[in-house]
This record gives sequence, structure tokens and C-alpha cells, in this order.
Amino acid sequence: MSEHDVESRCDTVKQNGDVKQNREDTIGEILRQRGVSRRDFLKFCSAMTAAMALPASFAPRVAQALDEVKRPTLVWLEMQSCTGDTEALLRSANPTVAEIVLDILSVDYHETIMAAAGHQAEEALDKTIAAYKGKYICVIEGSIAMKDGGIYGSTGGKSHVDRARQVCGGALATIAVGTCASYGGIAAAVPNPTGAVGVQEAVPGVTVINLPGCPVNADNLTATIVHYLVFGKIPALDSHGRPLFAYGKRIHDNCERRPHFDAGQYVEQWGDEGHRKGFCLYKMGCKGPATFHNCPTQRYNEKTSWPVGAGHPCAGCAEPQFWDAMGPMYKRLPNVPGFGIEHTADKIGLGMAIGVGAAFAAHGVISSLRKDKDPAEKTKED
Amino acid sequence: MSEPLVFKRYYVWQLPVRICHWVNALSILLLSITGFLIGYPVIAGSSPDAYVMGWVRFVHFVAGYALLISVISRLLWSLNDHCFSGWREYFPFLTREGWKNILVMLKFYFFIDRKTPDAVGHNPLAVTAYVGLFLIFFGMFASGFALYAEHAPGGAMHGMLKPVYLLMSTQTMRLYHHLGMWFIICYVINHIYSVWLLDVKEKGGEITSIFSGYKYTTKLHVFSEGKECDENGCFIKTKK
Ligand code: HEM
Ligand code: HEM
Ligand code: SF4
Repeated sequence: MSEHDVESRCDTVKQNGDVKQNREDTIGEILRQRGVSRRDFLKFCSAMTAAMALPASFAPRVAQALDEVKRPTLVWLEMQSCTGDTEALLRSANPTVAEIVLDILSVDYHETIMAAAGHQAEEALDKTIAAYKGKYICVIEGSIAMKDGGIYGSTGGKSHVDRARQVCGGALATIAVGTCASYGGIAAAVPNPTGAVGVQEAVPGVTVINLPGCPVNADNLTATIVHYLVFGKIPALDSHGRPLFAYGKRIHDNCERRPHFDAGQYVEQWGDEGHRKGFCLYKMGCKGPATFHNCPTQRYNEKTSWPVGAGHPCAGCAEPQFWDAMGPMYKRLPNVPGFGIEHTADKIGLGMAIGVGAAFAAHGVISSLRKDKDPAEKTKED
Repeated sequence: MSEPLVFKRYYVWQLPVRICHWVNALSILLLSITGFLIGYPVIAGSSPDAYVMGWVRFVHFVAGYALLISVISRLLWSLNDHCFSGWREYFPFLTREGWKNILVMLKFYFFIDRKTPDAVGHNPLAVTAYVGLFLIFFGMFASGFALYAEHAPGGAMHGMLKPVYLLMSTQTMRLYHHLGMWFIICYVINHIYSVWLLDVKEKGGEITSIFSGYKYTTKLHVFSEGKECDENGCFIKTKK
């Protein structure tokens, strides 16, 4: 993708912020004004229908609903993050689709890509959340630093905790994009110096939709918003606050390498024959059996590929407690807590078994040398 | 030393107890072999339709169900009023006689005394290991079925096991499940050694008892309730 594409896409976002008269138009009208062809629009609707795990026959309904509905107001806040989720959103490979997405999202405030800066930007945010109280959607990227009163993260002179409380508190719903915003992510890994937590934990009581993943799959974000626009409600969530349509199945159960898993064909070493043939990455530490995400079906960058598809074991990035619970990255099992790094469960287990075996063997030797008690013999007490 | 020595025959393990025992032993064997192969898949399929791991996992799950049913059956059976298989026998530390027996057994194991406890049924120290083993079993059931149910989130089993998922991450579950196998292996080493030792030292047919149901002994089993046991393992009331 050229420099120019990214710039033009940023322009789209800027216009979204500026061209306020657009707000009264429906999404269908806006897209027509922008010159997006009907064909591209319908293609987008089919893709979204698939992303929401709905049957293809729903695509016309999705198209009709998007034609008629108005754009939601959306503000995007950066917390403790690497901006990877923003990158994932802006760098989708197919330009038309990306523009449709940005048109639909109507990002009113986004620190990374908005034209305004400084006090001007903060004013815009205050205005938006005041004018659309209870109606706007808040997207949060990055974890929230809670330690020591939240001093480890601030924007515009305000701590991230306070910003999150203020903006999420007035929102219709909050979407936590990426694992950091959902559960604390990398920043929350031991020893978690900033006391990083996910949005739901930082602001209990507000509606949060978690879209974990490192980065978030932009298709899942768009589909979540399209779901809201089409059905008028947020999608069904699992017990970790994730939409079931994207996180309802385990990677391992949808993986294209699964036949090799069941057959017992595994990559044993990087670059070995099995690796070249696309065998299962189970022995290389794949966390697909412990991770719920639609990577195998939705994939990244317009369905181009995904980690396991490219030959790397799943790192389990979309699960709560990633990073800590999913390590070591290239081992199947975690290390045993309380023992040194190199102590696997099997070393400890085998050591125990040998110890027990040796102890009883010694006991057996001594016992056989000892004179047996005659059953008829009386002991002192008797 | 003039009176003749009388070995009395007691029916200690009823048929259901023996069946449960051997179903347990067989399923533990299968579970450990297949579990090890799930952890270290060393047997490779030669073609993508070989289904080697598929069968290994299938055997693991069937044996897992068998063990669950067997353990629950044994627990239900312990509710009956039998001298040797009733639930009370599992908790010697609740009674004074039980504590005394445990002490005698410890002295025996540490070569302090050659006397074994006055117990016809379970060995009073071994039952504490059985209780521990059953607790490990339930840990294995919880983690095993929780790992298993992840193929169908939202299903009934997944819903029932919700507390397990709230308690720990899937990877932690996997680790404890794996470590559990090693604890069970340690138990089995201990168990087989102890029954052999008592078989040799007590000369009462200990090992045979888990096949036939009968033990032979000169002892009289002491029950705290002041009860006595007949040869069939049924309680008879005695005045005290
Ligand atoms: C009590 C005896 C059992 C033993 C010794 C045992 C042993 C093992 C071992 C060593 C593993 C490999 C763990 C790893 O390294 O990832 C394993 C995996 C597993 N076990 Fe067990 N297990 C037992 C009972 C059960 C039960 C009752 C179930 C319930 C169905 C069960 C279900 C599973 C599942 C689902 C896996 C993971 C399979 C996979 O990831 O494909 N296990 N077991
Ligand atoms: C995986 C292997 C095994 C497991 C998990 C296991 C487990 C158990 C358990 C739980 C009991 C208590 C029985 C009850 O109250 O229902 C028991 C008793 C017994 N088992 Fe095993 N067992 C195993 C293998 C064996 C083997 C191979 C033998 C024979 C050499 C054996 C001989 C006995 C005997 C004689 C008893 C009665 C002990 C007593 O006096 O309390 N077991 N076993
Ligand atoms: S590559 Fe990973 S997710 Fe895919 S089948 Fe193998 S273990 Fe499962």
C-alpha cells in the first residue's frame, strides 16, 4: 500500500470530523455521494454478513438496513497502547472497503488521525460527548494504568482512568479494541508496573464489548458496529464480554491444520519437512487449543492469511491474561509456578515418581531383611 | 503357644467394590498412556487421514467417562451399611481407634514395631491415600471435562463447568491436569508396593482379596461404635 493511500484514508477521517452536515444523511446516501459503487457496497455487505456468522441470505437485509440507517457518532480514545489497532483499521488492503468502513464509523475524535490538536481537539471531544450523550459509541485502544491514582497514563492533562470514566460513562456502549483495552494485555504482564487493566475493570458498570486480539481484527470491529446498526442492539457476548460471532469457537476447532493434528502429523522443528508441508504446529507450542477467535475463518488483511496459516503457532493473544497465561510462546504447557524456568511439568513429575519409587524400593529391601511377625505371636500390649 | 492358630475368613470386598477397583485401575492405565501421548505425540500418522491422535484422544475420553462412572458408583456404594466398604472406613481420623491404628501403621512403616493394626478391611493409613486419590480424581474430572467441553462453548457441559473456567485459564488447567497424572503415578507406585508388603507380612491374602473378595486373618476388627463384624462383613450388635 502506498503512502498516498494512507494519506487519502486519513483525509476521509478528517472530513468525517469536519463535514458535520453529513450527519443527517443515511449511510446509503453518504456512500453514493462519495461515489462508492453499488457493487462494492453489496460486496462489503456480504463480507460483513459472513463476519457476523450469519447465513448469506441475510446480506440483502444488511444492505437495506445500512442504506437506511444514520451513522453513529464514534469517538476513539488512545490509552496505554502501541496504536496497532488503529494501524490494523487504516491499513486494510482493499481501499474501497476501508473507505466504506471509515464512512460508516464516522470517527468524530481519534487522537492519532484527527486534524485538530491540543485544546482544540479536547474541545471537540467535550462537545461531541455532551451533544450526543447516551448515543455515541466509544472505542478504547490500550490498557488503563490504575496504579498510584492513575498517574502513569494521561492525555490532555487528564489521567486515563478519569477520561475513561467520563467518556465511557456517557456512551451508549464502549468497544474495547485489542487485548490491552479488553484485559490489560502486554502492559498488564507481570510485574505490571503501571497497574494496567482492561476497560471493563477500570470502569465497572458500563456496557463494554471486548474485541481482544493483537491487533484487533478490523473486520470484527466493523462487523460489531454493523451489527448494532442493522439489529439496533449490541451482539450477544460470551462470559469474557466478547461477541459470540467472532469468539464463539476455538481456533483449534476451525484450523486448516486440524486434519494433521488428528492424524498425528506435527512440525517437529522449524523448517523441517512437516513445516514445509503445513503440518500441525501443536508441538511447537501452538495455543490454538486454548484460544477463542475467528482467525482461521476471518483471517487478516482481507482474508489474506493468519499466523497459523503462515506457519507460526498461535500465541493465544486474544485470551484474558495474555501474556502471562500463554507463555512460554513455543512450549505447549506453562512452567510450573514456584520452580525455575526450565522446570517443565514432566521433569518435576518424573523426579517425583523416581523419588517415590526409590523410597519404596529401599523400604522393600529393608522389609525383606527384617524378621516377619508371626501371626500367632503376641505383642506386649496383648 | 498351645492353642491352635485360627485364621478366620472375612468377605471384605463385595463384587461392586472389586469391579470398581479394576475399572479404575484399567482406566487409569489407559488414561495415563493416552494422556502421555496427548502431551507428547510421539506416534506419527503417515498420511493426513491416519487419525492417530484422533483415536488416542477418543480412548482418553471414553476411559475418562468410565473412570467418572466407576468412581461415582463406588462412592454411592459406600453409603451401604457394610463393615469394610462403608464410608466411615475412609475417615479413621474421626475416631480414637482410627488414630491408634494409624499410629501402629506408621510405626510399622518406620520399622519401629513389627505389629500391624487390628484392621481386617482397609489399611487405616492406606485409606487416607485413597481419600487423597479421590480428591485428585475430582481435580482430573474438573480439568479434564473443562478442557473437553471447550469444543462446544455454550453447551450444557461447558455451562456446568463454569466455576472451573472462572477459577483458572485453560493453560493452567492443562498444566494441573498434566501434573495430576504424575501424582496418580506416584500413588500407584506406593499402592502396589504397600499391598505387596502387607500381603507378605500379614499373610492374609491381601493381593488376592481384590480379586476374590476374601481376606484371612487372626485379628478382630475394632469398630469404635462397639460393633462387631460377622464373616460376611455385616455388623452385629454387641453389648458394651
Ligand atoms: C484421572 C486420570 C487422567 C489422567 C492421568 C489424564 C492425563 C492426561 C494428560 C497427561 C494429558 C495431556 C495434557 C497436556 O500435556 O496437554 C491429558 C489431556 C486431556 N485430558 Fe486427561 N487425564 C485423566 C482424566 C481425564 C478425564 C476424566 C477427562 C475428561 C474427559 C480428560 C480429558 C482430557 C482432555 C480433554 C485433554 C486435552 C486433550 C487435548 O488437548 O486434545 N482427562 N490428560
Ligand atoms: C491404576 C492402578 C490402581 C488404582 C488407581 C487403585 C486404586 C485403589 C483404590 C482406590 C482402592 C480402595 C478400594 C476401595 O475402597 O474401593 C484400592 C484397593 C486395593 N487395591 Fe488397588 N488400585 C490400582 C491397582 C492395583 C493393583 C495392580 C493391585 C494388585 C496388585 C491392587 C490391589 C489392591 C488391593 C489389594 C486393595 C485393597 C487394599 C486395602 O486393604 O485397603 N490395586 N486400590
Ligand atoms: S496448528 Fe494449532 S490450532 Fe491448528 S490444529 Fe494444530 S494445534 Fe490446533
